[in-house]
Amino acid sequence: MRWLIALVVLVLGRLRRRPRLDSEERIVPPGTRDRHAENVVLGLFGCATLCGGAVPAIYAFDSIPNQTQFLGLALGLAFAFVSAACIVISKRLVVTEEIEGEYGLSHPDEQEDVKRIVDESGDRLTRKRLLVLAGAGAGTALGAALITPVASLGPVLDVSSLYRTPWRRGVRLVDEGGRAFLADDIEEDTFYTAYPEHADREQMGAPLVVVRLKPEQLQLPDGRRHWAPDGILAYSKICTHAGCAIALYRKPTFTPVEPKPALVCPCHYSTFDVANGGDVLFGPAGRPLPQLPLTIDSSGELRAAGNFSGPVGPSWWGVRRHGPRS
Amino acid sequence: MIRRTVRFLDERTGAAPFVRKALRYVFPDHWSFLLGEVALYSFAILVATGIYLTLFFKPSLTPVHYHGDYLPLRGRELSEAYQSTVDISLRVKAGLLIRQTHHWAADVFVAAIVIHLLRIFFTGAFRKPRDLTYYLGLLMLIFALLEGYLGYSLVDDLLSGMGLAIGYSVAMSLPFVGANVAQLLWNGPFPGGHDFESRMYMAHVLLLPILIAMLLALHLTLVASRHHTQFVEERTTEKKVVGIPTFPGYAPRTLGLGFAVAAVLFLMGGLIQINPIWQWGPYHVSQATNGAQPDWYLGWLIGALRLVPSFDVTIGHYTLVPNPFWGGAGFPMLVFLVLFLWPWLERRVTGDQAFHNLLDRPRDAPWRTAIGVAFFTWIFIVFLAGAADRIFVMFGLSYEGQVWAFRVLVWVLPVAALVLTKRICDELLRGEVVEARRKLVEAEPVA
Repeated sequence: MRWLIALVVLVLGRLRRRPRLDSEERIVPPGTRDRHAENVVLGLFGCATLCGGAVPAIYAFDSIPNQTQFLGLALGLAFAFVSAACIVISKRLVVTEEIEGEYGLSHPDEQEDVKRIVDESGDRLTRKRLLVLAGAGAGTALGAALITPVASLGPVLDVSSLYRTPWRRGVRLVDEGGRAFLADDIEEDTFYTAYPEHADREQMGAPLVVVRLKPEQLQLPDGRRHWAPDGILAYSKICTHAGCAIALYRKPTFTPVEPKPALVCPCHYSTFDVANGGDVLFGPAGRPLPQLPLTIDSSGELRAAGNFSGPVGPSWWGVRRHGPRS
Repeated sequence: MIRRTVRFLDERTGAAPFVRKALRYVFPDHWSFLLGEVALYSFAILVATGIYLTLFFKPSLTPVHYHGDYLPLRGRELSEAYQSTVDISLRVKAGLLIRQTHHWAADVFVAAIVIHLLRIFFTGAFRKPRDLTYYLGLLMLIFALLEGYLGYSLVDDLLSGMGLAIGYSVAMSLPFVGANVAQLLWNGPFPGGHDFESRMYMAHVLLLPILIAMLLALHLTLVASRHHTQFVEERTTEKKVVGIPTFPGYAPRTLGLGFAVAAVLFLMGGLIQINPIWQWGPYHVSQATNGAQPDWYLGWLIGALRLVPSFDVTIGHYTLVPNPFWGGAGFPMLVFLVLFLWPWLERRVTGDQAFHNLLDRPRDAPWRTAIGVAFFTWIFIVFLAGAADRIFVMFGLSYEGQVWAFRVLVWVLPVAALVLTKRICDELLRGEVVEARRKLVEAEPVA
């Protein structure tokens, strides 16, 4: 027992701080003690410990409903309590001192030295400009050489695939489940999404919107007189502005005052006139929605009668050069 | 104990003089100086939560049939990327908390940078000797926007696919080279090859974070080497920086702020739902959802894309500038060009080549403040226009009518803001002169 006490006294004695000499000047100015604030900080750290400890507990119990919420709450509060403790420490437990420092400006002597070192190092060169030029040329070539492999990332020069679509004369229109569309099943005032049969649907040239108007409503451009048999029209489903799928069909519920039927893209609200060949009625799109000519075959199913009236998807420098290819 | 540790480290690193100086480094004190720190701490949380997410996320477009716990998606064909994100959200314990915290942290990160930028701009803190620091900050903002965009594009849910389609169209619209750039990046026409996903992934988890971290390190080094700016107060001068030392004064403050940022982000991550991707469904080229809104920091771009009227610039059959260029590329490039040129422009116009360690109050530079308010009003109106479809749904105001109104307001309001701000600044300054004169008169002994 005595041994133990002696040991404790010894250890405590060692730990006790070396008494500060009065002559030694402090760096951090002294301040008043604040036991109350210390208690607050102790309490806050205690709360943080509880909240932090709650996280593994909540994690362990699967039966707790809304686990995400409770985990977030516990973790968030743990951080909040530690934050509050830090703020109390900064306001009440450390001295609030204001000290001064110097803003650095510039170093004219060193600047001059740097300039001289560079200048004097080049003293032996007789054709300085030529050498610099040659070096720059080599550097540029090296840069080009290093960047060359980047061209393998994609078909940078061949943009012909942008014109390609899976549609050509005779391709059947099918729905999401692969079933053919019967012309008689296409109703007015709604729209259908159609795909080319046996083709990759995840390409911009594939999806169509199919709608039906009364034949007398049609005002198709010249040369498209037979593109909409029985008033059934097909357009590319991909907006010519920014490539989103056209997911809105606006149909007037009261024709005399409301605008005419239109296909609308939900991304930037480009609005295309259904009746007259996909012209832009409103919104940013710069060219009409490509129309696909349709025919109804002998069994009453919808088939493509050719390719679109223009390239599908967003515009690029070559978009008006020629039409789409199959 | 402390003495022994310090001796141990100093003998092996020689760092004691540096640490001695760093502990007494001066931080001028003002709440608005903390905005950059909020961004810094958000970035730390983004990195930490992001590393956790990479342990579960699969950057692959390989199609799989979903057999997880979320019934509406059962049996649907979707990509491994989307499935793994749904699993992080609904199957991995604490996964949703970390994912949502990551998403919130991204939104707060960009917001903090933007507000920090406004503070820097309107107090003239970008002037010599801190213009380099300012340029680095602008670069970080650009990379942060791109990083956020890639982050939610990786998931391959319906919203992210729509965002990518728009990004692809903007790339396609670049004059002369658009189609080539897009084919290069996407490896073919949209939606591109399977390797596009791993390209985005590499950029999101490696390239951009490293770029941001390096710029951040440079930014902070420059801040430290030139010291922080300060407002005009009793003891402050252009040569003397006055404030709190790192230790013990400033450390608990900044730690308190850091923990507060963490607290807010984790509380939001746990309690406020964000981007519930399992509800959006997988992306298919033929599908889109109505009323789609991106994260807030892309709102200005969607607004700009929507406001531009219908036209492509063409010469014969050559399409010189397709429409999405204006809103998606031209507008942000112009905004950043102005921001990058501003310090130089201001130097040119005012002929002011001096060092500026003391900050202006916004009123002290009426023209800068007025032009800045006009400029940011311009961007803000475009940003609001991006929400016109939500305004239509909520308040029933005609969408087309709103777009026409915004097309006018976007030019009128900035001019109004310019005139008004200039007046307010001038009046505030005049008021101060009057106040000073009154004090002088009152101080004079009455005969």
